[in-house]
Amino acid sequence: MADANVVHEGHEAVHRHEPPKSFIRKYIFSLDHKVIGIQYILLALVAVFIGMILSVIMRMNLTWPGVEWPILGAIKPETYLSLMTIHGTMMVFFVLTTAPQGGFGNYFLPIQIGAEDMAFPVLNMLSFWVTLVGFIVLLAAFFVEGGAPLGGWTGYPPLSALGQIAGPGQGTGMNLWIISIAIFCVGSLLGALNFITTLLNLRAKGMSLMRMPLTCWAWFTTAVLALLAFPVLLAGGILLLLDRTAGTSFFVPGGLVVSDRLVEHSGGSPILWQHLFWFFGHPEVYIAILPGMGATSHILSTFARKPVFGYRAMVFAIFAIGLLGFFVWGHHMFISGMSPYSAMAFSILTLSIGVPSAVKTFNWLGTLWGAKIRFTTPMLFALGFVSLFVAGGITGLVLGQTSLDLPMHDTYFVLGHFHLVMGVAAIFGMFAGIYFWFPKMFGRMMSEKLGRVHFWITFIGVYCIFIPMHIMGIVGMPRRYSQFSEGGQQIYAFLETLHPLVKFVTIAAIVTAITQLLFFFNLFYSMFKGRKAGENPWEATTLEWTTSSPPPHDNFAGVPPTVYRGPYEFAVPGAPNDYIMQTEPDPGGDPAVTVQEGSSGNGHDGHKH
Amino acid sequence: MGRALAVLIWLLTLASVVLFFSGWWFPAPISEHGPKVDQQFLITITVVGIAFVAAQVGLGYAIWRFGADARRKEERAVYSHGNNRLEMLWTVITAIVFISLAVMGQRVWAQLHFNEAPAGSFRARVVAQQFQWNFHYPGPDGKFGRTDPSLISDADLNFIGLDDRDPSARDDVSVSALAIPAGRPVELVLRSKDVTHSFWVPPLRFKQDLVPGMEIPVHFTVMADKIGKYELACAELCGQFHYRMKSYLLVLPEAEHAELVSLGAEEFKTRLSQLLAKYEPVISK
Amino acid sequence: MGMTVTSTETVAQTKVGLGSGPRKVGPNGGPRGNGPGGSGSVGDNFSPRKYRIGMWVALAGVLMLFTALTSAYIVRASSSNDWRPLVMPRLLWFSTGLILVSSLTFEVARRTLKSGNVSGYQRWLLLTVLLGLGFLATQLLAWRQLVTQGMYIATNPHSSFFYVLTGAHGLHLLGGILGLDYLLLRSWRRRNEGHAAEKRLAMANAVALYWHFMDGLWIYLFLLLFLWR
Repeated sequence: MADANVVHEGHEAVHRHEPPKSFIRKYIFSLDHKVIGIQYILLALVAVFIGMILSVIMRMNLTWPGVEWPILGAIKPETYLSLMTIHGTMMVFFVLTTAPQGGFGNYFLPIQIGAEDMAFPVLNMLSFWVTLVGFIVLLAAFFVEGGAPLGGWTGYPPLSALGQIAGPGQGTGMNLWIISIAIFCVGSLLGALNFITTLLNLRAKGMSLMRMPLTCWAWFTTAVLALLAFPVLLAGGILLLLDRTAGTSFFVPGGLVVSDRLVEHSGGSPILWQHLFWFFGHPEVYIAILPGMGATSHILSTFARKPVFGYRAMVFAIFAIGLLGFFVWGHHMFISGMSPYSAMAFSILTLSIGVPSAVKTFNWLGTLWGAKIRFTTPMLFALGFVSLFVAGGITGLVLGQTSLDLPMHDTYFVLGHFHLVMGVAAIFGMFAGIYFWFPKMFGRMMSEKLGRVHFWITFIGVYCIFIPMHIMGIVGMPRRYSQFSEGGQQIYAFLETLHPLVKFVTIAAIVTAITQLLFFFNLFYSMFKGRKAGENPWEATTLEWTTSSPPPHDNFAGVPPTVYRGPYEFAVPGAPNDYIMQTEPDPGGDPAVTVQEGSSGNGHDGHKH
Repeated sequence: MGRALAVLIWLLTLASVVLFFSGWWFPAPISEHGPKVDQQFLITITVVGIAFVAAQVGLGYAIWRFGADARRKEERAVYSHGNNRLEMLWTVITAIVFISLAVMGQRVWAQLHFNEAPAGSFRARVVAQQFQWNFHYPGPDGKFGRTDPSLISDADLNFIGLDDRDPSARDDVSVSALAIPAGRPVELVLRSKDVTHSFWVPPLRFKQDLVPGMEIPVHFTVMADKIGKYELACAELCGQFHYRMKSYLLVLPEAEHAELVSLGAEEFKTRLSQLLAKYEPVISK
Repeated sequence: MGMTVTSTETVAQTKVGLGSGPRKVGPNGGPRGNGPGGSGSVGDNFSPRKYRIGMWVALAGVLMLFTALTSAYIVRASSSNDWRPLVMPRLLWFSTGLILVSSLTFEVARRTLKSGNVSGYQRWLLLTVLLGLGFLATQLLAWRQLVTQGMYIATNPHSSFFYVLTGAHGLHLLGGILGLDYLLLRSWRRRNEGHAAEKRLAMANAVALYWHFMDGLWIYLFLLLFLWR
């Protein structure tokens, strides 16, 4: 690296961006995409921790309703529903949307395409701080009169539009919920704008689109989805807030009698909200899972020591999923009173989206075929992702069918399905990402031993939690019930046989949740005490591994890399190593680039091949 | 490590499959369309199950076979960027399988939702509210009386806002359980007076949201031999006591049902509670 | 370094497992064209394209917001029989005129800047800002007029949408005015960085794009609210 600087001494000093000196500019209001990425990840860690605790409390109440718990006391039905609403909102928005995209995407998209920073650093900083405000507003809902809202993360009106008379938490708490979501939309839009522009505009020399790592394709597509989906939720949120506070009737029909009082509204359409919400909500599912797919492809290839099988097909599949994702929202509404004819169209489109998803799975298996797999912790989680994605995604074939939605809609079958595929699989993608990129982010390795224990228990745990939920759904257990018995009396006799399964799931959930402490410990311990990581501890090929760990303020110490080949050149026959960096010049290549390389391509000197 | 993971994936797959054969299953269907729904479910879950097992076994096999510890040290992975023909093949096959499933799944749906209720159906209205079901019968005159939301008063037990000034409303009955005849088509008109609810009777294989501001007509037929009392639940979150918004679907022999609906309001209520006590809830597997 | 990498073309075909050897055209081909932004000078990520791309992307988001509101408008209009379209306040013709003229003055400002006349640019920009403020003031006056007629946001669904759509458009236009102010402020700061002139033009172009979009959006909303009923 030292001589690289010498080469550039002749140029203006302006080219090297000096890092800020003060603590506040460096770590708090930082413009550096790496710091912002870490801020997003920390936010997501806090959110996931809260969300997980809420889910454990919910499970305990379902299994042992009416018990006086230490500290918590007895959990009232409305409290349960508040926990559920905040659990869903927290996980979907502040974990599954922030960490994979805002966190890892922010940190690694610019580095992987060879840029110094995002296109608009100030907007980037704003997007994080706006998101944080949204998070605080959401938490504040717990502390207002009536508590947090109880309408679920889908916030269907009129329940969400009528105010306090519809239930505790539907007053101020619900307002805060809407405001929080609206703020979150703005933050995400700023982020998406930045991602798209950065990727289109700031790629390093030689980094053609089809040479980008699959992670970048996934982040890019996710950003496009966010850009087109969040404004629609924002519009819905504004209208809902006006219905609640200004007396308009967008979603509230006339002639409603709530708690024996006639409500003064007229003519609104509750289904309109559902259309707006799910037009956003379905792409949101892909916003959560696509970055995980990208990270999994990336990590599988790296530790399989083998190029990604069918790179082009993978890119097309990401696009196809993103595109189709905008035309399937109606499958959430088959039995909502929507026209049964459009339900049919939505159903067929929904099953078509299974095709690109299946293609991705096949290609992951193809990548592993003939590989030489190194079973590091990130690889274990990536393999777990594939397994869970299949297990959770495949029941979409059941739920996507109109006639099967008759028994399955709003049962635990749905819970099992979406928790596995967009919850747990996406979180496995994040775990894989964090174990994989931690050395780059903090210059130290995470403990492999703790990582493995974390993987084994979590992997078994999530299967034990979510597969039985499918069975509960088949028996007919409805979701969003705060309890199934009251005063020791079973409410629905047909659900009584499920009790052992309910208990089993709760115990599995508690064990799995406790295991996550291991991860938190590993994370913070390794930050300070982990083994030092070199530049490229995994012998990976993409640009983030050509720079120091952690990377300097401008990522490449003033020498932007030049890219000569695709991202996954492993096991190339005849090459001295089983991997070739993207920056490795190709002697048989384009001479124009080779000349260019002679003057500035020394950036990868540090690698001992 | 690799082999342990492979075995674990296989074990979890096996356990998942075993769980689906463990006896927890749908209650026996009572509606005429129910067996068709079940058949479509069975076909789908079989396809899904085969795909699930194949993918997991394949994944486990790759992990078992291609671990670094299972290969010679100097050996490298296969250098391959893919195989167009193979990829085309599996894309086309999955597309055919998935789309045919989707098309097959429409048959029952079309039958239920693309047709009007047959003539001679028994008709009743359903009015849901937080956290109670109201079923509105036309009474002996067979005509539904006028209702008006401004007349609704839970205190006076006028849950559906029946207008007593309307002569055809005077014999109307509003009760909290739904009695229908077996073997005869039933048409329900679903309404909600406050928030969205959902009508859900598991053995009926039928579910439909009740949306405020909308009247949604639905129809189904219960098989003639499925007489009994079935639990009716709300399946759309409607507020804090959503979990106890329960009622019963009472399927009666035609004669018994005809006798019930010919009664005036007060006798109707007494008779209905007798009938509700007469039948045990059916919990079938 | 001293290492040679065998180029992929010379790799022998191997037939193992699923593999069918390297593809002719693939992600691993020889070095191809540059990334579009990569040709700038080393270490400086300034590129005029970034403002243009960023603005188009932002406008796609804005477009989706108004598309969502439009579809809500259309659905709501037919979902019930309480739809009573407002009588259009005549002031809106005036505000429409103002915003149309402001697009023209902005174009003139941009032309002037291209020819290097910075003080002329400032004058035209200032005029555009004033026209923009005039538009907003007129919109507010139109609101006042409706309020005095007893037409509030909750009066009927059409009035609700009128206030929501004009309000959302007004807020976005206010953002445009802030953008214009920023351009003005920048134009007074004369720094001779490498790209000062280029950057000024690039930003003016981006803000102009936004401004014209807001202009077009207003015409669209005007037609939607008072022609499509």
